Amino acid sequence: MCLAVPGKVISIDDGNPKGPKMAKCDFAGVIQNICIDWLPEIKVGEYVMVHVGFALNKIDEEDAEETIRLLRQMGDLPE
Amino acid sequence: MKYLNEYRDAGLVKNLARKIREITTRKWVIMEICGGQTHTIMKYGLEEILPAELIIVHGPGCPVCVTSLEMIDKAIQISRRENVILTSFGDMLRVPGSKEDLLSVKAAGADVRMVYSPMDALSLAEKNPDKKVVFFAIGFETTAPANAMSVKEAKRRGISNFSILSSHVLVPPAIEAILSSKNTRVQGFLAAGHVCTVMGYEEYLPLAEKFRVPIVVTGFEPVDILEGIYLAVKQLEEDRFEVENQYSRVVRKEGNIPAQKLLKDVFVTIDRKWRGIGTIPQSGYGLNPVYADYDAEKLFDVSGLNLMESPDCIAGEVLQGLKKPYDCQLFGKNCSPEHPVGAPMVSSEGACAAYYRYGKKILQHNS
Repeated sequence: MCLAVPGKVISIDDGNPKGPKMAKCDFAGVIQNICIDWLPEIKVGEYVMVHVGFALNKIDEEDAEETIRLLRQMGDLPE
Repeated sequence: MKYLNEYRDAGLVKNLARKIREITTRKWVIMEICGGQTHTIMKYGLEEILPAELIIVHGPGCPVCVTSLEMIDKAIQISRRENVILTSFGDMLRVPGSKEDLLSVKAAGADVRMVYSPMDALSLAEKNPDKKVVFFAIGFETTAPANAMSVKEAKRRGISNFSILSSHVLVPPAIEAILSSKNTRVQGFLAAGHVCTVMGYEEYLPLAEKFRVPIVVTGFEPVDILEGIYLAVKQLEEDRFEVENQYSRVVRKEGNIPAQKLLKDVFVTIDRKWRGIGTIPQSGYGLNPVYADYDAEKLFDVSGLNLMESPDCIAGEVLQGLKKPYDCQLFGKNCSPEHPVGAPMVSSEGACAAYYRYGKKILQHNS
């Protein structure tokens, strides 16, 4: 139920200024309209985690890369 | 897919499993809260590569599974009223109430529809002004802001034929209830990553302190889960009980503030009955009285239901980590995903359904 999928913001809609802020998001080639009302700072090209059509948070690219790098390093350490 | 593939890397999974084996010196019981994590653990067979001393038990974090019989029967009653379109997420429609599920009510002629998002239910209301559209709003803190947005938008756009049947549940009171139980055997938790994406993790600090348990905010891919387990075991072995954040690429300590503001505006915290567990104080969201015009429980008179579960189903004990699905005499015999008796067999995220789907080899091996 709490499934969220990573997607890349490809455009931000001008839309209705009174309504929630919307964007187009690319999920590995599938383009969907999503609500980005809770991420006022989000920019085109950034990645977000999307749940039932709503972006929950931005994915921190540096943090993601650092985690994978550290995990690989951990595996390389001598026993 | 970026941010998914690298967290399913077999090499990293093996490394982490080896690291966990290296640091584990004794038996520990760790519970993952979220049904999505249960699904990953079973799908990838992660339990099979963990040391035998580690017991992973599966928590109540499947909203479909913990929605009370009364609530499902209320939804069924509402769906039978004239001029009603009842909508919900797909899994919810298959969960058996006291006599039947929403899909069989649909088969008998009621207008019951599956939606992907609560906003789809709102659009349906806009397109059908002569119908009353009710959204059966289930979910944890991850889903609650989306459902709150549908109510706020209904009000802003003047859509008066839309309402929600709020059955929202909250994670921290469930953790508190599990740890307060005399029979509990859980020593550490993997907290649900997407719940914390919305709420942050400050509310877990007093729980870790009070019950002296490590709580690790964890993501949903195999690498995430194993890293979460590694961090929890490391804390247990070192006699620490802190809140750690494995899922830092998505979760910030303070969570998503605008989403939390929306929750505070639309909902109030109330006592909630959990299927198989009972009533947990202050463990759910009901609609703020300011939005009473959008509250299906107020608009439709559906009170006075009090129902009994199947006496043989052990869903409550499974959801509290006291028993495993295999311990149930109904498992795989009278109860299967096609003919579920208890709710954890319905949703693919329910522990029983995940064991049924992915765990047959283990069952054969053990029997």
